[in-house]
Amino acid sequence: MSDCQDALHELYGFLDGELTDERRGAIRRHLDDCQPCAEPYDFEAELRAVVRRKCQEQVPEALIAKIRTALESEATNIPD
Amino acid sequence: MADRATFADQTMGLMPSLYAAALRMTRNPADAEDLVQETYLRAYRGFDGFEEGTNLKAWLYRILTNTYINSYRAKKRRPDETELDEVEDLYLYRRIGGLEAAMAGRSAEEELLERFTDAEVKEALESLPENFRMAVLLADVEGFAYKEIAEILDIPIGTVMSRLHRGRKALQKRLYEFAVERNLTAPVPNDAHV
Repeated sequence: MSDCQDALHELYGFLDGELTDERRGAIRRHLDDCQPCAEPYDFEAELRAVVRRKCQEQVPEALIAKIRTALESEATNIPD
Repeated sequence: MADRATFADQTMGLMPSLYAAALRMTRNPADAEDLVQETYLRAYRGFDGFEEGTNLKAWLYRILTNTYINSYRAKKRRPDETELDEVEDLYLYRRIGGLEAAMAGRSAEEELLERFTDAEVKEALESLPENFRMAVLLADVEGFAYKEIAEILDIPIGTVMSRLHRGRKALQKRLYEFAVERNLTAPVPNDAHV
């Protein structure tokens, strides 16, 4: 049971890549053997991927052009 | 010391991610455009202070965040200091994770997550109080490490972790509300495995 508690407690540390190799390995081994723990891990990982993908944005072309122009004009104002 | 002549080449490719972050911060396209432009100008002027070989994206995000806090947010009547309700761990999983068994398909819950629209996910993130929104944005959308987030936001790592923990739960709660509003799932009792 305490392996399961540890696994859930460290879920975000694991998904965030913030655990030591040792803890990471221990959790991986636990998840291989424990479906009830592996399910919320998979779910949270999938949710994260969905949030990341659905929050992407296309930069307006006009903004890119405006920033390029602003940088060029800045370049002529700042001596190297 | 970084060379200004290479600034555009090194930074223009990062604009989509900076613009997306600016939109989540300001929640307004016109302000987001101004914020990104101001960030690029400040970064350009300060580029000789950037240490080559360190994380350029994190450096730009720090400028973006400071510009937002100092210039943009100052215009608001007051900073968003709202506290968050306590939400249980694995909030969304406990409510829709059960679908997997009920609908006899490995991908049932993944399908449900896919049915959230981009607008809903963005709105759920933007609904978080600012402190929590920034932490979740930097970690979950941009993939920064705790230490990088601590540096970008100028807060201790422990604070990063607690804001992430609470912000993520609040995000899940908001997403679940969308799911219920749109009948994506019927509310189920709290009968998950864990």
